[in-house]
Amino acid sequence: MSGPAEKAPRWTLWLPLALFVGFAALVMIGLVHPASQDVPSQMVGKPLPQFVLPAGVPDRPALTSHDFVDGKPRLLNIFASWCIPCGVEAPVLGALAARGAEIDGIAIRDHPADLAGFLAQHGNPFTRLGADDVSAVQLAIGSSGVPETFVIDGHGIIRYQHIGEIRAEEVPFMLGKLAEAAR
Amino acid sequence: MLAEFALAALWLAAALAALQLLAGVLVLSEKALVLGGIVRPLAVVQGLLALAALLGLIGLFATTDLSVALVAENSHSAKPMLYKIAGTWGNHEGSMLLWVAVMGLAGSFVALVERRLPERTMLATLAGQAFVSLGFYAFLLLASNPFARLTQPPPEGNGLNPLLQDPGLAFHPPTLYLGYVGLSIAFSFAIGALVTREVGPAFARAMRPWVLGAWIFLTLGITAGSYWAYYVLGWGGWWFWDPVENASLMPWLAATALLHSCSVLAARDALRAWTVMLGVVAFSMSMIGTFLVRSGILTSVHAFAVDPLRGKFILALLAINIGGALTLFALRAGSVTEGERFSVTSREGALVFNNVMLTGILGIVLIGTLYPLVTEAVGVRVSVGPPYFNPVTALFALPMMLVMMVGPLLRWRRDAPGRVARAQGWVMALPPVVGVVTAAVFIAHGGIGLLPLIGLSLAPALALASLLPLRGRDLTRLPLPVWGMVVAHFGIAVAMAGMASDSAFSTERLIAAHVGEETRVGPWAVRLAGVAPVAGPNWTAMEARLVVRYDGAGATTLTPQSRTYWAPPQTTGVSALLTRWNGQLYTVMGEEVEGDRWQLRLWWKPFVPLIWLGGALVALGGALALLGRVSADLKRISVRTRMADRRQRQGR
Repeated sequence: MSGPAEKAPRWTLWLPLALFVGFAALVMIGLVHPASQDVPSQMVGKPLPQFVLPAGVPDRPALTSHDFVDGKPRLLNIFASWCIPCGVEAPVLGALAARGAEIDGIAIRDHPADLAGFLAQHGNPFTRLGADDVSAVQLAIGSSGVPETFVIDGHGIIRYQHIGEIRAEEVPFMLGKLAEAAR
Repeated sequence: MLAEFALAALWLAAALAALQLLAGVLVLSEKALVLGGIVRPLAVVQGLLALAALLGLIGLFATTDLSVALVAENSHSAKPMLYKIAGTWGNHEGSMLLWVAVMGLAGSFVALVERRLPERTMLATLAGQAFVSLGFYAFLLLASNPFARLTQPPPEGNGLNPLLQDPGLAFHPPTLYLGYVGLSIAFSFAIGALVTREVGPAFARAMRPWVLGAWIFLTLGITAGSYWAYYVLGWGGWWFWDPVENASLMPWLAATALLHSCSVLAARDALRAWTVMLGVVAFSMSMIGTFLVRSGILTSVHAFAVDPLRGKFILALLAINIGGALTLFALRAGSVTEGERFSVTSREGALVFNNVMLTGILGIVLIGTLYPLVTEAVGVRVSVGPPYFNPVTALFALPMMLVMMVGPLLRWRRDAPGRVARAQGWVMALPPVVGVVTAAVFIAHGGIGLLPLIGLSLAPALALASLLPLRGRDLTRLPLPVWGMVVAHFGIAVAMAGMASDSAFSTERLIAAHVGEETRVGPWAVRLAGVAPVAGPNWTAMEARLVVRYDGAGATTLTPQSRTYWAPPQTTGVSALLTRWNGQLYTVMGEEVEGDRWQLRLWWKPFVPLIWLGGALVALGGALALLGRVSADLKRISVRTRMADRRQRQGR
């Protein structure tokens, strides 16, 4: 009986090269088409988690997940008074509201006085406003920071997640997403 | 000026490598035999020039010369000197320069001392080394020049990633690189032997010390890297199957297999083609690993230089080097005449089994590392982690360990289980009995997963079995390489005990504690005695004072920190560890949370230091074997010189 390497037929000598060529082809594909680095939201297409949040300010109603199941698509904006980009985003939300979008808000880890001050300074585009003092709802819907904006269709299904502030030039895009959700 | 001198040295080194390759080829094709004398000196000078370039870059980092782009991007004047110097290789260009410098020096070393092989094989080897070096010089000079100047130097540098500001960085990358690049010598030897068709015991004996040396450094580098990740990252884990860790493990697996097949070739003149192929594969794995990490093709926590353009350059380099070597292998290995035969039950048989299993693990790790790339090509995103690697690796590792218990007791060529049993007597029964008893104890104890259970029972059996080759031998006259084997195999058992114990018995607590609050983790009582701000040269930190007691014994204070560096601005936890003979207490401090409480993460990890102690033992075993081989060679050389002298004195 002899060792395996000695008895090997000739074609096996080409095996390492063949394996290497396979490897090179694979990584060549990887290099030519670099993978996109953004991770798609896992929550898109799923219903909103159940939640009941107390009102963030006295002059707006509180927010529950039931409010989203009335047949009308909405934007759900996650923000906080301590978040600087949220202040930048506020006028854009105002513009969206002015063009007919219904926006509900969730204030994250906020104090009532700070929140009232923020809305007084930047305007209040929200139909309803819930206060999420421990980020429970924020984490449940798959948001990791502020601001983020979700497009929710009339059945309470998450249709789109926008990470970071909505910029002025993105208003038509967001309205388009809302119209898409209405279909 | 220093940058220009160093760059000039690098260009010169590249030119000499080209000349070394040309001269080697001309001599081998018998076009200009006179050039034979200059190949070795060229290799020596080329290595020294590459070293000069590296020293130049270290000088630039030490003096924080911000007019050099690389220094401005990666260093900062307020950094401690150790990290200024270590920062030289804490970036892509610097680490590639370290790579070519080590490669050049390894070539110099071979050119200076290696005289056992026929000169033609040596010339082919050095030409091969020059060929591979040339590719890396081109990569450095054309695609990642470390000495590029800035027209407008910034007032201050960007600083070094805080995770890298650790004494580990000073030693871990150079050690690992000595290992990676040391394998280039084995690669060149394999090419040299294929070119001249001189594959035999002499080739194996010449190659073995180089493989051993590289393997020792790889072992140390991986062990140190694992410990570094363990305490710097603060996750309490010691191996994450991260692409970079796999990139260091794959050459190690190939080198381990090569080491063992080298022994067979040296002692028995068998496994010729296989050994040559492993010589090519081992360094190919070093290059592939570097490529996978540096091209940004795989996302990894270690990827500090992600650049697809460089990726294409390295891929071309790989295709030329590895593709070329494997083509040469396919063409020539058939004409490497058949080696000696042996029976299945023999030392060779056990070593072949070891080789097949090691290659199997290598394939498993390679597939696991590349799998995300395959699925990405069809649009599915996955990441492969411990649930795949651990059991599938064990599938190959466990049979290998079982064979490792008896392999060293077998004779070369042909043996019978009965003979071994008669020669060893009742002692042979000891390892299996110990293994079964340990397994029974732990099963009775309950609550241990299958893999840790197997590890825990196999480890003492393996430890005992690894000592059996010493039995009945005169220990004072036992050759050093045998000691090396025993120590290295024993080290594997020790490391396995540590790994199994860590996954079977670790306890973890995650709490938010008030100052003054006491909590328990395993046998420890941990009290948060206070939190205070502290400052370092380039950071500030909140430091927790933890008073810890083991089972009511005396108190010790641990001070984990949550550090904030300002260049670059980044917050990182600095863990505090307490090592006892039976394990390690691992503490990490997190953020402040509502109500004046502080997040604390505590682990009690019984016997976890055995993992790295085992790794160190394996490396020590390698060092003993290397010492034995080299001293035997030196003795042989001195005997030969003395005989030559005598012959000369007697008038020939």
